[in-house]
Amino acid sequence: MVRAPATPTAQLMERAQAVKGRSLLADARRRLFRNKAAVASMALLALIALLAVFAPLTSPYAFTDQDYNTISCAPQWWPGDLPRCRASGAHWFGTDAVGRDLFVRTLYGARVSLTVGVVATFVSLMIGVLYGAVSGFAGGRTDAIMMRIVDILYSLPFIFMVIVLMVVFNQNFVLLFVAIGAVSWLTMARIVRGQTLSAKQKEFVEAARAAGVGPFGIIRRHIVPNVVGPVIVYVTLTIPGVILAESFLSFLGLGIREPFTSWGVLISEGAGQMETAPWALVFPAGFMALTLFCFNFIGDGLRDALDPKDR
Amino acid sequence: MSVPVLSVKNLDVRFRTPDGEVHAVKSVTFDVAEGECLGVVGESGSGKSQLFLAAVGLLAGNGRATGNVVYRGQELLNAPAKQLNNIRGSKITMIFQDPLTSLTPHMRIGEQIIETLVTHKKIDRREAERRTLATLELVRISEGKRRMRQYPHELSGGMRQRVMIAMATVCGPDLLIADEPTTALDVTVQAQILEIMRDLRKELSTSIVLISHDMGVIASMCDRVQVMRHGEFVETGPADDIFYHPKHPYTQMLLDAMPRIDRPERPGRIPLTPLPQASPVLLQVEDVKVHFPIRTSGTILPKYKPLRAVDGVSFTLKEGETLGVVGESGCGKSTLARAVLRLLPSTAGMVVWAGRNLSEVDKNELRRLRKEFQIVFQDPLASLDPRMKIGESIAEPVRSLEPELPRATVTERVREIMEKVGLDPAWINRYPHEFSGGQNQRVGVARAMILRPRLIVCDEAVSALDVSIQAQIIDLILSLQAEFGMSLIFISHDLSVVRQVSHRVMVLYLGRVVELASRDAIYKDARHPYTKALISAVMVPDPKAERARTRRLLTGELPSPLDTRSALMFLRSKRIDDPDAEQYVPRLIEVAPGHFVAEHDSA
Repeated sequence: MVRAPATPTAQLMERAQAVKGRSLLADARRRLFRNKAAVASMALLALIALLAVFAPLTSPYAFTDQDYNTISCAPQWWPGDLPRCRASGAHWFGTDAVGRDLFVRTLYGARVSLTVGVVATFVSLMIGVLYGAVSGFAGGRTDAIMMRIVDILYSLPFIFMVIVLMVVFNQNFVLLFVAIGAVSWLTMARIVRGQTLSAKQKEFVEAARAAGVGPFGIIRRHIVPNVVGPVIVYVTLTIPGVILAESFLSFLGLGIREPFTSWGVLISEGAGQMETAPWALVFPAGFMALTLFCFNFIGDGLRDALDPKDR
Repeated sequence: MSVPVLSVKNLDVRFRTPDGEVHAVKSVTFDVAEGECLGVVGESGSGKSQLFLAAVGLLAGNGRATGNVVYRGQELLNAPAKQLNNIRGSKITMIFQDPLTSLTPHMRIGEQIIETLVTHKKIDRREAERRTLATLELVRISEGKRRMRQYPHELSGGMRQRVMIAMATVCGPDLLIADEPTTALDVTVQAQILEIMRDLRKELSTSIVLISHDMGVIASMCDRVQVMRHGEFVETGPADDIFYHPKHPYTQMLLDAMPRIDRPERPGRIPLTPLPQASPVLLQVEDVKVHFPIRTSGTILPKYKPLRAVDGVSFTLKEGETLGVVGESGCGKSTLARAVLRLLPSTAGMVVWAGRNLSEVDKNELRRLRKEFQIVFQDPLASLDPRMKIGESIAEPVRSLEPELPRATVTERVREIMEKVGLDPAWINRYPHEFSGGQNQRVGVARAMILRPRLIVCDEAVSALDVSIQAQIIDLILSLQAEFGMSLIFISHDLSVVRQVSHRVMVLYLGRVVELASRDAIYKDARHPYTKALISAVMVPDPKAERARTRRLLTGELPSPLDTRSALMFLRSKRIDDPDAEQYVPRLIEVAPGHFVAEHDSA
């Protein structure tokens, strides 16, 4: 095709750099970074993650090292009349009932808990978004059947299912991810379906159909990007939920096994000796609470930032 | 001159928003005289609504107003809420654009009117009921007793607006502020409502402030007009002066931009390209029906009734021709467009595109054919994906229908078409929310045009735009047609716009064609009573003509499309009195060459 000769101004304009647009997400990012609580939470969370990755490496103790001379020692600076050990100056968070350093174990537990949180949420995100978007977009009978399946899975008792899984397939780390992820995608699917149903009604979807875009193209290019907002918010609220679920399973003895550990295991152990060695409960519980708070604040911040009514 | 009812001095309104301060009204001064009808005209964003909301103390929380607003010697601006409440709703009342959101959904309409009366007039209930009934009669709501017991959702838009008017007038106000009272209504209903307001004014000698963007409405109602732009009055004067001798260029521009049913070709506007004699037929639509099953009753076993959205429509369209489709809301014009473009499956009938029956081609073939017919939607912002750059939106038809093209070529074509529709190609990476409605509609036109289709359907493509922008988009579409010679199906509720852009006009009523004729014949030689009523309801920005005119008003409501009797509104003699019976289908009779009229009873 031969192009019509462009006018001089048009040529000038073409040579000039195309103006960069301001996308909705860029707007949302700007608003998010104005939210002090969310920014502080993000910083704190980053700090916890960095500690979890690097602090155990720098410590003189490994998370499995036992020292029978320092069983249930309080940290040096712990107030009150509690057992103190000679060498406990080096144990910042004290030691547990078999003489392992709690600082290292708490941060090691952070690794496990955060990984479970992120990976299981990612699994649920993938399944949930795809399932929900397809169900909502297909509509009609397909939608009804797909949603009834979700309802059935919802009605199965979660703990019971996990116990069965653990018994059948033996207890292992990966299975835990799968079990938690397999349950938390249900809510995600419902949210995405609802959003899809409303996005489907929008005129731009009809415009895309008129432009000859196929159904999967529409889901990928138009539906999914437009449901991202509520999904991101839900993700930040799922991660703490998953961390809690893992802790709960571990607390019951169904999750992580010794000598590996997670916040749930540590809290469970700490709770057992709450009266004699409160530090064993306070530190892991404190870290976990802090993390959950951070995620919730970030979620709230994101929701405010993405809410179009604020525009 | 007597003392004005409302006197506004140096009223200034500002809003604090996250993006900085918005100066909505810039120190305006004006009076409303006893018994007059003052028109305030302006385009969206001119501050015309905020001005009056501020005057009666109904500004949103982030707004601040300064100046003086004096009602019969009382200062209203920033007065305590208690004092304002005594005046608002009783002495100064307001009618808004959307009557559904202005009425409380869970209260019977009678209760709502009585409540107003009891609060303000301190009269007993029986007396209040009596007055309510009288007022309902005044706004021509028949069977007032029964209507009083209905809820807002049971009433049609026009009925609701009458209830709003009844509520606003029941206490005998001095000043009635009507903010776009007929904008959301169909033209025939608009004519009825304005008629009611005109009579009320005579009977109650209330002053009226009519806020509108529509010069036609203003011309038919107002004695004095204020033209507002960017928060300021640019011109003020008696209606005749404003309409016949506008001084300010903005007023002039508004009047020029307004499509006029009596003058389809106006100087300064791009004319319609005449149709070549021997144009081949491009599209043939044969007895197309689109029925939607509607669940009517049955608690366990549902019962379905067909909603006949489109019920046997036939027409042909030639290469390069524009067919205008007019009708009121619910007449099936948008459904027809979607059925023709195969965006909706039709229940029966045939669409033949360039010799091929579209209902027989398979999915892939249909996708390939989509290159040749495209659509422009009503709401420019809603029809663009908010998360896509406009360049991507424009490129979408190319990318999905000609996927083999390299990216650079696509971008090149996007830039080319952007220039054609009057968009700076440097904006290719911008997002829809950074643009105005008119610019977004240009994006919509660019998207439809990029594949150089042979047919474009414009579904109310200019209805949501301000008149000046509307005129620009119409000019754009006409010039593109002159250049590329595509056919157009131009759908609108606005007969004036349709007459300006179309070679032929088709009038739809409840899913059926009632009249089909050339653009001149439809206006000068309308035969069907519905077409006549439609033409008669159109307001013209010409106060003298408006005053001289007597309107042929349709009485009553648009009947339910679920009732098969409704379709024979104009042919009662053949009607079978059963809502479910198969009814007689009126034939289209060719009364003059190319002029078809549906059978109807002679009036």
